[in-house]
Amino acid sequence: MDMMQILQIVIPAAIFSAAPLIFTALGGVFSERSGVVNIGLEGLMLMGAFTGALFTYLGEQWGMGAASPWFSLIVAIIIGALFSLIHAVASISLRADQVVSGVALNFLAAGLAIFLVKKIFDAGQTPIIQERIYKTNVPFLSDIPFIGPLFFSNAYYTSYIAIALAVLVWWVIYKTPFGLRLRSVGEHPMAADTMGINVTKMRYVAVMLSGGFAGLGGAVYATSIAGNFSHATISGQGFMALAAMIFGKWHPLGAMGAALFFGLAQSLSITGQQIPGLKEIPEVYLLISPYVLTILALAGLVGRADAPKAIGQPYEKGKR
Amino acid sequence: MKILNGKWSAITVPLLSVMLGLFVGGIIMLVSGYNPFVAYAALFNGIFSNTYVLGETIRQMTPLILSGIAVAFAFRTGLFNIGVEGQLLVGWLASVYVGLQFEGLSPFVHIPLAILAAGVAGAIWAFVPGLLKAKYHVHEVITTIMMNYVALHVVNAIIRTYLLAPGERTEEIHQSASLQSAFLESVTDFSRLHYGIIVAIIGAIIMWFLLWKTSTGYELRAVGFNKYASEYAGINVRRNIILSMVVSGAFAGAAGAMEGLGTYGYMTIMPAFTGVGFDGIAVSLLGANSALGVVLAAALFGGLKIGALNMQSVAQVPTQLVEIVIAMIIFFVASSYLIHWISNRVNKRGKI
Repeated sequence: MDMMQILQIVIPAAIFSAAPLIFTALGGVFSERSGVVNIGLEGLMLMGAFTGALFTYLGEQWGMGAASPWFSLIVAIIIGALFSLIHAVASISLRADQVVSGVALNFLAAGLAIFLVKKIFDAGQTPIIQERIYKTNVPFLSDIPFIGPLFFSNAYYTSYIAIALAVLVWWVIYKTPFGLRLRSVGEHPMAADTMGINVTKMRYVAVMLSGGFAGLGGAVYATSIAGNFSHATISGQGFMALAAMIFGKWHPLGAMGAALFFGLAQSLSITGQQIPGLKEIPEVYLLISPYVLTILALAGLVGRADAPKAIGQPYEKGKR
Repeated sequence: MKILNGKWSAITVPLLSVMLGLFVGGIIMLVSGYNPFVAYAALFNGIFSNTYVLGETIRQMTPLILSGIAVAFAFRTGLFNIGVEGQLLVGWLASVYVGLQFEGLSPFVHIPLAILAAGVAGAIWAFVPGLLKAKYHVHEVITTIMMNYVALHVVNAIIRTYLLAPGERTEEIHQSASLQSAFLESVTDFSRLHYGIIVAIIGAIIMWFLLWKTSTGYELRAVGFNKYASEYAGINVRRNIILSMVVSGAFAGAAGAMEGLGTYGYMTIMPAFTGVGFDGIAVSLLGANSALGVVLAAALFGGLKIGALNMQSVAQVPTQLVEIVIAMIIFFVASSYLIHWISNRVNKRGKI
């Protein structure tokens, strides 16, 4: 097996497993940059996966055909944003501990999604969806030698959307007035408030954006990788996205890079058996590598990861 | 409205939150076409109606008490240990390992040894985030979450490589390490009730004693109230942060031993987390981080989880309703600012 063949197995699989993580990690960037910890990413992703599977199925029933998964992605963004409002109200307006509120959101999502699945389908999981987001070769680009087969063949459009969105989010956060306000609210809310920025409003918008992105991430997972929704569909991807965001140092492109890297680790744990040399490495090392690397990054051993200054603190007007 | 503030708020806020949580659960049932009254009646019957469900409730609350104590203990030092789940898994594995490896010991030696091993394993697992927090100021929430996943994969790999028995699990532990009791099973109509509840209660007493009756406990709580003031008063903040995590992890590991030595008697390869560690967060919050509160909250959540089974069979309401109710209770407890705000408003106007 030559190098090219190995890369052809590994790289598309990495990009493929990274897409849901990229979307969700970008959501985390919005929320945490505004100063709101979002442990609830897991739950938001779970609601997104549920919505994705449900509305793709409904779309099929309503005769939407191949458009149904794409329709479900849009619904998942909306549901994710609305669901994240609970976290926003509790942690921004009611000054609940942001971590506690996020944990509660995860509980609520897990309970509510399975409750609804049982209510609607009278079973523990949604039916397998027929119209999935399938692999395609990108026209023209896949014909480029070397790069084509690695990056533009056998790929999902959602992966490209994820990467494009990462660039867009970078532009929004670092190059627009909105992004400047978002970051200032997360670094020094009192100074931002003095300058006439509505801290509460900015944080609400940021949390809802994170909900929309995480919902999209979950729905992409359901419609491209899982194919249905059950209690086991989302088990830790949200936390892995959180890890990617931290490992990426709260930066959209960093988060994307980290998510791609974690995707690579995940895909190696699955495809590793086909690759000589990797067979000898026990699977467990690849499985735990994203988490261990994140811990090392936080400890300053793999570059320093500094959180936004005002993260985790509710903003109280007039408090010294 | 005075009862909502001051010293009574530790009791009234949780009670009010439970009621509000059940109320929201009722609304959800009403909206989705179930009869909440029938469902809650079935839920209640599912907790108390006979000795079997009562035994099951106590069995369910056993690990919840210990995981709740683990979270509460760290909370008192201002630390949020979300890693109870992972510490519980390594504790479970350690207890089963000791239960398997030693033969011919008296139960009075074997059981404490297995629980101790579980405690040590959990403590080591919690030591890492504690050290990182004390030394590098790394936020413990993120590291403990990451350590959960490391625990899940490592524990599974160890079982798969060294301890595998048919059925994706380990062998059954030796009888001398088992907390299971034919007597307790027979008086509760053959529920899976085991002696672990005694261990859990002892754990709660140890927590209370450590925190409130020793100078170490005083230091731990002082650090929780104000790190900087404690530092100024000559308390070694770093040492206390690590100590708090280690003790918390030991309780979490013991919670794993309850599953390993009591309920199951073996460990399976886990496809996902047990959820007991995460429920510990809810238990600790509702119990206002006090030993007695944790026991009561564990009884409530253990009861809700067992009662949910009867609710599903009688009223056809999915058991997940209970998870929704628990989530709402956490939201209401965490948002107690709302309750205080309302009561303050009312007080200011001079009414009530």
